[in-house]
Amino acid sequence: MASGTARTVPPSRPPVRRKSRKDWRGWIFVGPFMAVFALVFIAPLVYAIYLSTFRNQLIGGNSFVGLDNYTQLLHDASFWHALLRVLLFLVIQVPIMLAIALGAAMAIDSARLYGANLFRIALFLPYAVPAVVAVLMWGFIYGDQFGLVGQLNEAIGTGLNPFDSSWILISIGNIVTWSFVGYNMLIFYTTLKTIPAELYEAAELDGAGQFWIIRAIKLPALRGSMVIATIFSIIGSFQLFNEPNILRPLVENIITTDYTPNMYAYNLAFSGQQQNYAATVAIVMGVVTAVIAYVVQLRGSRTEDL
Amino acid sequence: MVAFLAYTVLPLVWLVINASKTQADLFDSFGLWFSDSFALFTNIGDTLSYNDGIFVRWILNTLLYVVVGAGGATLLSALAGYGLAKFRFPGRSAVFAIVLGAVAVPGTALAVPTFLMFSKMDLTNTPWAVIIPSLISPFGLYLMWTYAVEAVPNEILEAARVDGAGELRTFFTISIRLLAPGIVTVLLFTTVATWNNYFLPLIMLSDPDWYPLTVGLNQWNAQAQSAGSQPIFNLVLTGSLLSIIPIVAAFLVLQRQWQSGLSAGSVKA
Repeated sequence: MASGTARTVPPSRPPVRRKSRKDWRGWIFVGPFMAVFALVFIAPLVYAIYLSTFRNQLIGGNSFVGLDNYTQLLHDASFWHALLRVLLFLVIQVPIMLAIALGAAMAIDSARLYGANLFRIALFLPYAVPAVVAVLMWGFIYGDQFGLVGQLNEAIGTGLNPFDSSWILISIGNIVTWSFVGYNMLIFYTTLKTIPAELYEAAELDGAGQFWIIRAIKLPALRGSMVIATIFSIIGSFQLFNEPNILRPLVENIITTDYTPNMYAYNLAFSGQQQNYAATVAIVMGVVTAVIAYVVQLRGSRTEDL
Repeated sequence: MVAFLAYTVLPLVWLVINASKTQADLFDSFGLWFSDSFALFTNIGDTLSYNDGIFVRWILNTLLYVVVGAGGATLLSALAGYGLAKFRFPGRSAVFAIVLGAVAVPGTALAVPTFLMFSKMDLTNTPWAVIIPSLISPFGLYLMWTYAVEAVPNEILEAARVDGAGELRTFFTISIRLLAPGIVTVLLFTTVATWNNYFLPLIMLSDPDWYPLTVGLNQWNAQAQSAGSQPIFNLVLTGSLLSIIPIVAAFLVLQRQWQSGLSAGSVKA
């Protein structure tokens, strides 16, 4: 280190100096992201909290009401029904989807499968299909006019009706599963690929069969990915909007405007002109989602940091 | 596995087959096989010219949103991920906590407040209302951060500093090449997110001239469902097919790149 210019001195890390030598250079890179982030994440969040404390009344106009909107939400049956509906959806759809994705990833990874590459790409394809197209497509397939379901019913006399009120949530779940199973499979698969081959060799030397290799090596290695996939799926379920909203014109009396919390907030804001109350719904849903995602992360990552 | 393959691929096969049918044959012929009329090219022509070619306009809009939105999101993620991976700066852990926390806040929950805020700023019904929110991808940031930790060795950075190169110059001449597989991966995923985006443009835009493909297609479908108007199911299906071809092609062409980027990113996960 012959040169004496300050910038070539390696950044001093642990020693705590009072105010000199703070290395601010990282902000050159993080700054632009954080500036836009503040505009599209933090500002709307703060604005939503602000909005949720007001109410636009016929008499008196826009006035501060404190937590009134939140107490109203607490007693709002529409909101609770919508929340319970997405919870039910989540509890059934997410485990099914992740189990299928896990099974597919294991099957492709076990390398005994002929044409594994083709399988992987084909299973992933639906993820690239826009939700709108996926729903339109399945909507047609479900239909009895020129849909496959209608033709199946005619051919073998089944009475399937995916648009029936007792079937509609399953029909929606099928579309969501179809769209995201390949994406989750890929997350699991890429993680499995990172397991060093020596581990398998060692296990085989010890006489471990496939079952034990899966239990003792593969599943523990997948833990982190499972947590992430679960969190993303939970967030997705709570946000459920596109699928029911696009199917709605086909079954207007079953998929109501308050079918999911997100549809409820949307319709409050855009059809009902209740923007303050819509902001309240959005905030409560954000908090519920964040809390559940946080709990899942804590429970799932006790041993390792994410 | 074969059953599973059928499950994911059959609806797409159905789409390809039925995009080749006339409106009448859609109702009369078996869904999983071609009908006598092979009308795919007529349908494509009709889709592109219907309503003064508004579909072409929607394609161009979508491209604009993807190039500026997804391109910008990738650049911001790459810069920030690199910054988090390679620098220790005041506020770093705060940035970390805030962004990771943000992943859990549903984007759609923010959409309504964002709309209200943007309408105060007179940004709604302009392309900016779609582009600006697309610029932030917490997933992209996370992936770039985990990728940069491994892909850019500290020794190279030290060497560049000794040679007197500024940090930005080092990034754009050296680091960015090492980050390339990660960048391609993030670019593909932000591109899919922007190409498939529906909720945000639905809220933000009221002028069909600014619609992306997704919102436009659903509007056509709604028109096809409503009584009294001319049904255009064949155009909805052909338009759907046309709107997934570019994105599927991008995935297939770049598959080696994005898969290596993804697996490197998941080491940490």
